[in-house]
Amino acid sequence: MAGLNSIVEGHKKNPFKRSRWNIGLWILVVTYLVYSIGSLGLNAERFLSGIGHASTLLDRMFPPNFERWELLLSGLGESLEIAMISSVSGIFLSLFIGILAARNLMPPWVSVPIRGLIALCRSFHPVIIAILFVKSVGFGALAGILTLIIASIGFIAKLFAEAIEEISFNQVEAIRATGANFSSVVIYAVMPQVFSRFIGFATYQFDSNLRNSTMVGIVGAGGLGGTLFSAFQRFDYDFVAAILITIISLILVWEFLSTIVRRVF
Amino acid sequence: MSSVRKLLQVKELKKEYVNGSPVLKGVDFSIEEAGLVAIIGPSGTGKSTLLRCINRLIDSTKGQIIVNDVDICQTKGKPLRKLRRQLAMVFQEYNLVERLSVMENVLSGRLGYMSTWQAWRRNYTQQDINSAYELLGSVGLAEHATKRADSLSGGQRQRVGIARAVMQNPSIILADEPTSSLDPKTAVEIMELLEKFALEKNIPVLINMHDVNLAKRFAKRIIGMSNGYIIYDGQPEGITDDHLKEIYGGESWLD
Amino acid sequence: MATIDYHWQRFSFGKKLARFSVYLFFITGFLFSIRSVEVIPEFLYDAPEQIMDLLARMWPIDYAFYPLTVHDAIIETLNIATLGTLVTLIFAIPLALMNASNVVSSPLIHWISRFFLVSSRSVNSLVWALLFVAMFGPGMLAGVLAIAFRSIGFVGKLLGEALEEVNMGSVEALRATGAPWGAVMLKGYCPQVMPAFFSIVLFRWDINVRESAVLGLVGAGGIGVVLNDSMNLFQWQEVAMSLLAIFTVVVLAEILVINIRNRLI
Repeated sequence: MAGLNSIVEGHKKNPFKRSRWNIGLWILVVTYLVYSIGSLGLNAERFLSGIGHASTLLDRMFPPNFERWELLLSGLGESLEIAMISSVSGIFLSLFIGILAARNLMPPWVSVPIRGLIALCRSFHPVIIAILFVKSVGFGALAGILTLIIASIGFIAKLFAEAIEEISFNQVEAIRATGANFSSVVIYAVMPQVFSRFIGFATYQFDSNLRNSTMVGIVGAGGLGGTLFSAFQRFDYDFVAAILITIISLILVWEFLSTIVRRVF
Repeated sequence: MSSVRKLLQVKELKKEYVNGSPVLKGVDFSIEEAGLVAIIGPSGTGKSTLLRCINRLIDSTKGQIIVNDVDICQTKGKPLRKLRRQLAMVFQEYNLVERLSVMENVLSGRLGYMSTWQAWRRNYTQQDINSAYELLGSVGLAEHATKRADSLSGGQRQRVGIARAVMQNPSIILADEPTSSLDPKTAVEIMELLEKFALEKNIPVLINMHDVNLAKRFAKRIIGMSNGYIIYDGQPEGITDDHLKEIYGGESWLD
Repeated sequence: MATIDYHWQRFSFGKKLARFSVYLFFITGFLFSIRSVEVIPEFLYDAPEQIMDLLARMWPIDYAFYPLTVHDAIIETLNIATLGTLVTLIFAIPLALMNASNVVSSPLIHWISRFFLVSSRSVNSLVWALLFVAMFGPGMLAGVLAIAFRSIGFVGKLLGEALEEVNMGSVEALRATGAPWGAVMLKGYCPQVMPAFFSIVLFRWDINVRESAVLGLVGAGGIGVVLNDSMNLFQWQEVAMSLLAIFTVVVLAEILVINIRNRLI
C-alpha cells in the first residue's frame, strides 16, 4: 500500500487541479487585465464615438465597389507573381538548406551555421524585412519577392530539418552499405521518409506567401497591398471592401488547390 | 603449397567507443572459402561492431581489414564505395526503406553502381530489372513486387533484404543477426536461403547469431567470440560445452 | 537461351500524369511570373551592395535611444499582444464550439462559424489594423482589436479540432446522468481540452508578439510607431535599436513559452 502511494506521488501533479498556485495564477491574469485595459486609455466616450465611426465605415464599405477592377486585377496579378516566384524559389532552396541543417546528416561545422541562418530568417516579421528590402532595393515587386523567399526559408527549412532529424537511421545505414554515394543515400533513404511532410510544409508556405504578398505592398513591396493602402488613404472604403473580398476568395481557391496537390504527392 | 586467395583478412582489429574500454581487443581471422561462417557470442561482445567495421559503417580504432587485396580501413571516397559494393549486408531489423516498393528495395542493391541522376530517375537497366524479378522469384516473393515494403511480414521483409544483398553481386555477404527478430520456423527458412545463395554464388556468408544450435546446424565454420577476442575458430563439431561456457558464461542455459 | 524481359515502372500512368501536371503548373507559373513581373534588372544586381550599405548605416546601434522611447513602446507592444490574445478568446471559444462536430451537429452552424474563422485568418493583422485605425483612431486600441480579430480564426480552428478529438466516453456518461449542458461542458469537455487549449493560446501569443511589433507601422501603437518614425527620419541607428529590442523580446517570449509548455504539458 505504501509503495503504491509513493508511485502516485512521484507522478507530476495535475496542473489543472485547484491549488494555491492556480488561484494565484488567475488573480495574476485578472490584475493584468485591469492594468492593461486601463492603459488603453479607454473611456465610454471614446469607445462610443469609435463605434459610431465603425458603423459609418462599414456603411461606406458596402456595397463593395469593383469599378476600378483593372487596378484591382493588376495589383492581384503582381501579388500572384510575387507569391509564385518566391514560393517556388523558397521551396527549392529550403530543400537543400534543410538537408544541410540536419544534424544527423551533416557535421557540426555545416549544420550549426546553417541553423543560425535559418533562425535569422525567422527572427523578424516579414513586414520588417520588406521595409529593409524596400529601403535597399527600391519600391516594387523585387523587395516583396526577396522578403518572401526569406520568410519561406525560415519556415520550411526549419521544419524540414527537424523532420529529417526524426527519421529512422536504419534505412540510411542500409543504403550506405550498398556503396551508394551521399546524394543517392539521401534520395533513396531519407526522402521517402520525409517527402510527404515536406510537401505539407511547402503548400502551407505557399498559402502563407499568398496572404503575405497581399500585405507587403502596404510598405511598398509590390502587389495588392499597395492598392489597398492607397485606397485607405483616399478613404475609398468601398474599393477597400472589393479588395478584401478578392483577397479572401484568392485564399479560398488556394486552400482548395492545395488539398489536390497534397493528394497527388 | 599454393597460397589460397584470401577473400577477407582481419588483422589485429581493435575498436574503442569510449577511451579505455575497447569492445574489440584484437581480432584476427581470415576467410578463404565459400560457405556459411557463424560468429557466436553474447550480446555486447562486439559481433555487430566487427561486421560493421568490415564494411566500414563504423571506423575501427586500429588494425587492418583486407578485402580484395585492399585495406578498407585506409580507403575513402569513391574507392571505399567501390569496396562496399562487394560487401553486402543483411540486417537484424531488415532495414528496408519502408515507404518504397519491394522492387525498389531490391533494386537499391544496385545503387553503388549508379550515378545520383540515375538513382533519382530510377533509371535501372533492363538487365537489373530482370535480375531483380528473378531474385524475387527465388526468394518466393515474386507476386509482392509492387507492394510497399511495410506491408510485408517480418520473414518476408528479411527475404527482400537478402534479395537486395544478392542484387549487389557481392563477393561476401555480412549478416548481422538476421534471424534474431524472427520466429524459429522463419529463422530456419532464412538460414536455408542464405545457405542456398552461398552455394549458388560461391561466396562466403558471415552470420552473427546467438542461437548456437542453429549455428551448428547450418554453418561450415564457427567463430566464437568472448570479451572482444576470438576464442574459438573451427568446425562446428569441435565446439564443446567448455568452449560455450567460456563464451557465454554460466551453465544453466546449456542442455 | 531466351530470357524474359520484365517490365517495371515506378508510377502508374495516371500517377505519372498527375505528378507531371503539378510540376508543369508550377514551373510555367514560375516562368510566366518571372517574365511579367516588373523588376528592374539593375536593381537586382545592385541589391547585395545596397543591402550591405543599409546594414553599415545601422552600426553602431544607438543604445541611448532605448530609455527614451523604445522601452515604453515595447511594453506597449507586449500589452497589445497579451490583451489581444485574451480578447480573442471571447469570440474564438464560442466559434470553436460551433465548429466542432461533436458539440453542435447542425451543418448550417458549421458553415457560418467556418465562414467567420476563414475570413478572420485571410485578412492580415496589418490590414485589420488599418481598418481599426480608421474606426477608432490611431493608438493601442486599434492594435489590440487587430490582434484579437486576426487570432480568432487561428485559435478557433485549432480549438475546434481539439474538441473533436475528445474522448466522447466521459461526455456521454455525463449526458446520461441528465446533467445540464453547462456541466457537461465544464466536466466533460473542459478537462480533456485544457492541455491543448493552453498550448494553442501560448502558441498564438508567441506569434502575436511578433505581429504586434509591426502594427505600429500603420499607427496601431507599440514599437512599430517608433520604428516608423525613425525610418522616416533616416535615423538608422535608432532603427537598429528598435529592431534589437524587438528581437530580444521575441526570443524571450519564445523561451518563456517553451518553459511554460514543459511545465504544464
